[in-house]
Amino acid sequence: MSSQPILSFQKVHAYYGEKHTVKGVSFDVQANEVVAIIGPSGCGKSTLLRCANRLHEEDPTARVEGSILLNGVDIFQNHADPVVVRQKVGMVFQKPTAFSGLSIWENVVAGRLLKGEKKAGLKEKAEHALKQASLWEEVKDKLNAPGLSLSGGQQQRLCIARALAVNPTAILMDEPTSALDPISAARIEELISELQKIITIVIVTHNLQQAARISDKTAFMNFGELIEFNSTSKLFTNPESKLTESYITGHFG
Amino acid sequence: MILSTRANFRLLRRRRIKDRIMTGVIMLLSLIAIIPLFMIFYHIVVNGISAINFDFFTQLPVPLGEIGGGMGNCILGSIILISIASLGAVPIGVFGGVYLSEYKHERTASLFRWVVDLMMSMPSIVIGLFVYTSIVVPSKSFSAVAGGIALGLLMLPIVAKTTEEVLKLTPLHVREAGLALGLSRWRVILFIVLRGRKSAVITGIVLALGRIAGETAPLLVTAFGNRNWPTSLMQPTPSLPVQIYNYAISPYENWHKQAWAGALTLVVLIFFINIFTRVVFTRNDLGRNTQ
Ligand SMILES: Nc1ncnc2c1ncn2[C@@H]1O[C@H](COP(=O)(O)OP(=O)(O)OP(=O)(O)O)[C@@H](O)[C@H]1O
Ligand SMILES: [Mg+2]
Repeated sequence: MSSQPILSFQKVHAYYGEKHTVKGVSFDVQANEVVAIIGPSGCGKSTLLRCANRLHEEDPTARVEGSILLNGVDIFQNHADPVVVRQKVGMVFQKPTAFSGLSIWENVVAGRLLKGEKKAGLKEKAEHALKQASLWEEVKDKLNAPGLSLSGGQQQRLCIARALAVNPTAILMDEPTSALDPISAARIEELISELQKIITIVIVTHNLQQAARISDKTAFMNFGELIEFNSTSKLFTNPESKLTESYITGHFG
Repeated sequence: MILSTRANFRLLRRRRIKDRIMTGVIMLLSLIAIIPLFMIFYHIVVNGISAINFDFFTQLPVPLGEIGGGMGNCILGSIILISIASLGAVPIGVFGGVYLSEYKHERTASLFRWVVDLMMSMPSIVIGLFVYTSIVVPSKSFSAVAGGIALGLLMLPIVAKTTEEVLKLTPLHVREAGLALGLSRWRVILFIVLRGRKSAVITGIVLALGRIAGETAPLLVTAFGNRNWPTSLMQPTPSLPVQIYNYAISPYENWHKQAWAGALTLVVLIFFINIFTRVVFTRNDLGRNTQ
């Protein structure tokens, strides 16, 4: 491996109080890769993801050990501000969440607008991000309508546009399509493949076909441990671990 | 299919009848609940409307025996008192509510919550007497400031409590979505959570305003009353509820009529405050509140 990874998980451990939910996970994410994290429910996928933008520590009982390097710099180092980390590592959640009280375009640039940036320059920024999230054509005539007036699938693309508008280095997605209908889900998948050209993506998914379709590499987790990290084609056709094989063939447990 | 079509049909019909009965009962109960409201309103309108004229809103009360006069000074006084109360209680109450819901694990928060609960259950005359001893006595005068503070203290816990409840109802994922954008915690609370639930907070404020607008007892010992126009915030200040009270307990027919008219004015004033508050705070608000 010659180039420096964008994100590098190094022996990451995460806890909720006494509960050890992520146990020494290490893997690297290269620039413009899509990396999928799969594994049974409760194995710590979301927890791991939330460590990478320091959202994990919002829970008062939470604790993290190990390091996560973003472009070679540890996001947990003494003086790193979680707010700055989150501007560089965006996140899209399972549930589409347009902010109430804000119009569509205000929602898109919420990360900048609510920090006090002037409205004047932001309309263009919103247009750009909406185009990147392939939502522009659908909303260009109603930019001042409430963000909550959009459908679930549109709101999820709005959330992606909102994450993009902050100009992050990487975006984390936690089951971004599992609350959506199949057509909206397919649109998000297409979008992820398109966005890969400009950004690095780590996505948690329960849909193995989805992981196989859109990701370059896949991490399989079980009981907080990383069982296998491999190129997606290898992991799904010829896995190294017996555990991985039984999981992807559905003979798990 | 486990049930035959016929049994199925019977079951369906029975359910439909039950549904009708329940709907009827609920409608009847709601009707009973609002009947007193309409009776009171009807009574006030019927008795009050005859004494209402232009002079009533613009003139001072006249000495006993003279005809005419109005409650202009009391209306103005009430508006001043309510304004002083809201100026203090709305910002402090809203931020207090934010503090209660966002820093709920801290020890000072439980102390603050206890104080708020205590204030909420305090009889209004006790609050009035507290302001009397701590402001009226040292300043040697009944005043609009003292009256406004007494009303503000009554309003504060209501605003704080509703704000807290409203914030608690905002789901975690809304906050997390804000934090994930790299916004600081207080920006998320202020610009996403609070803005998203703005109309609910305003409802709390409006309810609190309605509660204090008719308060009489604490004003008797703080703002007192005045037969003239209010000219200074440090003078005894007239108000609608106190004037209504004084007129209603008097033995004069003419004053009773004025008291009814005052009551009607008070109800209409509260109605206008309600509308005004909503319009002012929801201007430019494009969002629905269904988070
Ligand atoms: N806030 C919390 N407090 C305590 N324990 C938690 C908390 N959140 C998650 N956990 C526990 O941590 C473990 C890992 O949870 P996590 O949400 O990371 O799993 P996951 O792999 O994302 O599961 P799913 O696929 O169902 O989303 C689970 O056992 C869960 O019960
Ligand atoms: Mg999860």
